[in-house]
Amino acid sequence: MSDIKSAGIGQSAEQRKRSRNVGVVYVVLGLVSATIFTNRPGNSGFKLLDDFIFVIPARPFAWALAITLVALGAAQLLRGMGKVTNVVLTVATISFVVGFLTWAASGGSFSLTGMLQDTVTRSVPITMGAIAGIICERSGIINIAIEGQLLGSAFAGSVVGSVLGPWPGVAAAMLMGVALSGILAVFAIRYRVDQVIVGFAINFLALGLTSFLASRVLTKNPQYNLVKPFSPYRVPLLSEIPVIGVVLFTQTLFVYVSLAAVAVTTWALFRTRWGLRTRAIGEYPKAAGTLGVDVIKLRYRNLLIAGAAAGFGGAWWPIGTVGRFDQNITSGRGFIALAAVIFGRWHPVGALSAALVFAFAEALQLKLSNLNTGIPSEFLLMAPYLVTLVVVAGFVGRSRAPRAAGQIYEAQ
Amino acid sequence: MKSLRMTLLALLSAMVVGGVIIVLSDIDSLRDGDFATAFGAVFSAYRALFVGSFGSLRAISSTINSTVPLMLCGVSVSIAFKAGLFNIGATGQMLAGGMAALWVGFSMNGPGIIQVPLAILAGAVGGALFGAIAGVLKARTGAHEVITTIMLNNMAAFMVLWLLKTNLFQRSDRTDPISKLVDPAGRLPRLFGFLNGREDLLAHSGFVVALLAVGVFWWFLHRTTMGFEFRVLGLNSDAAQYAGMRTKRLTVLAMLFAGAFAGMAGASEVTGTYGYASQNFAGNIGFDAIAIALLGRSSPLGTAFAAVLFGALQAGGRQMQANTDVPISLIVVLRALIVMFIAAPLLVKAIWRVKADTGAQSQTFRGWGS
Repeated sequence: MSDIKSAGIGQSAEQRKRSRNVGVVYVVLGLVSATIFTNRPGNSGFKLLDDFIFVIPARPFAWALAITLVALGAAQLLRGMGKVTNVVLTVATISFVVGFLTWAASGGSFSLTGMLQDTVTRSVPITMGAIAGIICERSGIINIAIEGQLLGSAFAGSVVGSVLGPWPGVAAAMLMGVALSGILAVFAIRYRVDQVIVGFAINFLALGLTSFLASRVLTKNPQYNLVKPFSPYRVPLLSEIPVIGVVLFTQTLFVYVSLAAVAVTTWALFRTRWGLRTRAIGEYPKAAGTLGVDVIKLRYRNLLIAGAAAGFGGAWWPIGTVGRFDQNITSGRGFIALAAVIFGRWHPVGALSAALVFAFAEALQLKLSNLNTGIPSEFLLMAPYLVTLVVVAGFVGRSRAPRAAGQIYEAQ
Repeated sequence: MKSLRMTLLALLSAMVVGGVIIVLSDIDSLRDGDFATAFGAVFSAYRALFVGSFGSLRAISSTINSTVPLMLCGVSVSIAFKAGLFNIGATGQMLAGGMAALWVGFSMNGPGIIQVPLAILAGAVGGALFGAIAGVLKARTGAHEVITTIMLNNMAAFMVLWLLKTNLFQRSDRTDPISKLVDPAGRLPRLFGFLNGREDLLAHSGFVVALLAVGVFWWFLHRTTMGFEFRVLGLNSDAAQYAGMRTKRLTVLAMLFAGAFAGMAGASEVTGTYGYASQNFAGNIGFDAIAIALLGRSSPLGTAFAAVLFGALQAGGRQMQANTDVPISLIVVLRALIVMFIAAPLLVKAIWRVKADTGAQSQTFRGWGS
């Protein structure tokens, strides 16, 4: 059924509809720009370096943006963009965000570089969580427990990090991630429990146990909850590059490792024998099993690897930022990571892009409270989620998951 | 009978593991070698848990109030599961419904017999419309409901925060985001109002609404054509399409109904339990409801029982936290363990060395595919 749909005429109708949706979105964004962004005169300063502020006149910029977006929308609606649709959409979205920032900052200035640096920092747990999700789902196991893995490993990282130091803390966090992933593996593979059920149970278990131990043990013994976080490491030479040096190369180890993890995972999934086998057991485990791949063993191994990745992401809270654990410190970031997996279409680079979008939204929330824009801050805080909703609806659309994800596999 | 035995064994297993956690976390007593205190804490904690949930009329009343939103949201998640949709958005739908009910609750001053049903209806409509957004997006663009409902939850939270600061909703003498009070006539009537001198029994008739919701859910699922279509869609969307069912319309309706139930939960919290709305009156109920639906295997009766169990744990947990030094977060651990052990009958069988037919396992969620 679905094969016929994807090969036949249905697909092009679907594409036409999506193309139309995107066109409508451009026009709407253009109108927003014309009606709202033009209402504030003055110049907006973006502080890129300590001694360099990039100044944009707010009103003319908003008009230019509005006209461009409406024109793009008209072109999209009339004849479509063909192969460059996604590129145009990305550029248009970024321009709109710049337009928004210009409007929000008009009459003042704010540190763009600082915000971008903050964005990259905050993307770490989402990226690592998403990598864990991708490895699991590519192997055919739905991992809805990312939130629990992040939370549990943040706790382990804080406690062990307080007693033994930050490096053992990272190791403990990764071990905790592996352990929680192991529970998922044993229940999903050995006891053939519905993967979503056990995933959610792990989330509750991690939330309950860490909150329980935090209020029963850590409150009375604060010495177990005081880590010395890693300080940023300036990469020689690269960190001297203006703007990019600060954004990308003046970060903690967590950022470098998470970016490397994206590259390594991409390479491994699509260029190695392991990757081929992993994708095979995620798509059609029976066929892979028939050809001699040990499906069960590979799934166990991949889930444990994924656990280590999530554990590293969890260590970011105590050891990459605040130096302590608080109840429910992850506050739903694992679910955002899950959204990034789907948003990024089960591809590490896609997930990284999605993670950066969400992290940008977080960084923006902190900045917005300092800017006086005249409209209620709640609406500005809501905007990133609305943008995600619009982008997912108009742009990502129907994404295809690994076929066997969530299915119980019975060894022959 | 066999499944009852497995359930009891699962509960027992969860309590045993929970007890171990209580002992191990009492590191001060263990360090001093004071095992009597460490083990005693287990018994006093479980005692308080039981006494606080079913030990007295007051405890039962408290259990009822904790159960109501869990049961309604549990039905919300279950009905979506039945149609093959994963509704993570019960929180947002609850907020939308609660605010709609609140508006009816404080802006009208008619007789309760009109106001109360109207408030519940407003809650259902508010929640339904909010839930339908995710359904429409899924049907029209294929945007996955897991993403859209998470985003909608966040948006609803900010929307409520904003609304609670507007002149329409904010209590006139307050500067913090807190709403006006619901008109006394518009409050859900107390269940034990007929007992004189027992003003402490706060259980409200939202419980009746919740039980009716479970009944309607059962009737819809098993006695209507559309309920049948929901089940087919949930089991195999290609088959539903092939059989000529209008799957897109069903998707929208499933999220609409799910939203309506969650919206009623919001309405019952606002007009029953609190009598006003604060920023996070929905709490974690939307997420707890997912566990409830999973535990009850999305069946009407299973969802209802799971909700009562979770509600009892909630009420008993408060008592436990007050009487002993075991924090209430223990109940989150217990809930997780119960879900895990009930979902894994093979494991329970292995632990207790019983032979029981565990029956066929059904899956609640069929992957991410459209």
